Amino acid sequence: MNRDWSTLWPILWESFGQTLQMVTVALLTGGLAGLALGLALYVTRPGNLLANRWVFGTLNVLVNIVRPIPFIIFVTLLGPVTLQVVGTTLGTEAFIFPLSVMTAFGTSRIVEQNLVGIDPGVVEAARAMGASPWRIITTVLVPEALAPLILGYTFLFIAVLDMSAIAGIIGGGGLGNFAIVYGYQRYNWAVVAVTVVVIIAIVQLAQLLGNRLARRALHR
Amino acid sequence: MTDDDARPAGDDPHPAIELRGVSKTFGEGARAVRAVDDVSLTVRRGEIFGVIGYSGAGKSTLVRLINALETATGGDVVIDGQTVTGLPERRLRDVRSRIGMVFQQFNLLSSRTVAGNVGYPLRVARWKRADRERRVAELLDFVGLADKAKAYPGQLSGGQKQRVGIARALAASPTILLADEATSALDPETTREVLALLRRVNAELGITIVVITHEMDVVRSTCHRVAVMEHGKVVEVGDVYDVFSAPRADASRRFVGTALHDRPSPDALARLRERHPGRLVTVGVREGASTGTELFRLLREHEVDGAVVFGGISEVGDRPFGSLTVELVGRADRVALFLAELGRHADVVDLGTAAHPLDDPRTLLGGRS
Ligand SMILES: Nc1ncnc2c1ncn2[C@@H]1O[C@H](COP(=O)(O)OP(=O)(O)OP(=O)(O)O)[C@@H](O)[C@H]1O
Ligand SMILES: [Mg+2]
Repeated sequence: MNRDWSTLWPILWESFGQTLQMVTVALLTGGLAGLALGLALYVTRPGNLLANRWVFGTLNVLVNIVRPIPFIIFVTLLGPVTLQVVGTTLGTEAFIFPLSVMTAFGTSRIVEQNLVGIDPGVVEAARAMGASPWRIITTVLVPEALAPLILGYTFLFIAVLDMSAIAGIIGGGGLGNFAIVYGYQRYNWAVVAVTVVVIIAIVQLAQLLGNRLARRALHR
Repeated sequence: MTDDDARPAGDDPHPAIELRGVSKTFGEGARAVRAVDDVSLTVRRGEIFGVIGYSGAGKSTLVRLINALETATGGDVVIDGQTVTGLPERRLRDVRSRIGMVFQQFNLLSSRTVAGNVGYPLRVARWKRADRERRVAELLDFVGLADKAKAYPGQLSGGQKQRVGIARALAASPTILLADEATSALDPETTREVLALLRRVNAELGITIVVITHEMDVVRSTCHRVAVMEHGKVVEVGDVYDVFSAPRADASRRFVGTALHDRPSPDALARLRERHPGRLVTVGVREGASTGTELFRLLREHEVDGAVVFGGISEVGDRPFGSLTVELVGRADRVALFLAELGRHADVVDLGTAAHPLDDPRTLLGGRS
């Protein structure tokens, strides 16, 4: 039974809202946690500001273990924890938890990579002025890497949008679920096409915004 | 020079910087590198102290030991009478904030404006915003960059960047300024400007400066005293003028040779002998001891003709220094008398004639560059 567009539009609209909710919450919580984890990876790296072989080694291995797990499997693996934290393993809310955790791990590597590009000389200069490690992290490392970080987060936004498409496997909503349930499963290719167009539009907009902000952050 | 300079270094109970048998070893076991090896030095208050050495001699490690960016593996570092070795990290930050540092690659924060960079150490020291702005304006004025306050480092030339670096290093009113190869990334003209600024910082603000360099010309034009480093050790320390006029270590001699081109190299001497077959002598020109005037007075007195065929006189610090190589033409007995008398007033090196050449002892000692 193919519904007509007058009933589909409101569902698409609702799915769009759910996707936005998933991506926003994951980026805010996971993105922030990932920033902290990435900074920790960078500063504890041998030879850096707070070099600590054990802390770095532990974090590094942890990230390397989690990141390669296919997300669809990760969602089910994390089920028991999700139940503890969210109270249920079903629905959009329950999906946001594993999404945020995976976002944090993904973000950490992107943050770390962007910080590696910072000239160690500016860190040395700040140290020579008597700045504390915390001050160096907040007033040197993050501002100096801001432009690549903005581009990194733009990339992440798109990756999280991608991950959010499988929310349906645990009964979550969103655009991906919409395209599968109302399009693919009912042979309504128009629904799939429209959803893809919406997703492409979101991605284009995000990339445009990211590029603009990054250019402004780059004082050249 | 002032009396102060003539005093032995140990006189001041609290010299600006004192290193007592300081060592720094990187790594362990077979791969250990002894970057600084048992160095004892005193940098007096208000002087410009040069540290010169080839790449890898340990100069950067030495300055980084002074502001505790690096911790010594042996010996004591004493700043303004306070022993800093062994202090906890929090206290070391206080010590660092009282020592300014200027870098070869400027190391400015690209995300902040010129004013933001100069104000950064004041933020670290928790100055109030209004005080900070006043101090930044004052410093930008001092280094001649008042119109660039809102520019970003990416929009400045190398010389301008280094002036921002110097303003930033001076912001928190340090008593000591460390300059690690501060002019090595700059062209000769800009180098002169930046060195002039450092001299002004020293003369007008009375700040003790340690200048790290591998260029003897920087030492010649800017420093009062100098330490020559080789393989982590200080092989010679002294008044710049003394090191130039009588370098004791081989490394010092090589460095002096790179800054002064007043003595003919062996090749140049061979060519000189072809053109000027007569008696060649090199006469040193020093402050007080002998001057060009004296040379020419004696030539007249002894009726000997002298033609200057090589040489150069420049300044070391603010004193004249150099030599002239002269071909002497005249009766043998008069030339001998002339040389005997000149020898009482000046350093004279007899190079002999084309037929009977004598070697320049200093050239043989490695004065070649
Ligand atoms: N962090 C470090 N770890 C290991 N070795 C080091 C470290 N820093 C310096 N060294 C070694 O110590 C020695 C002295 O280095 P340093 O940078 O002090 O020399 P330098 O005189 O400043 O040379 P340059 O003129 O090239 O700057 C070198 O052999 C160098 O490889
Ligand atoms: Mg160096």
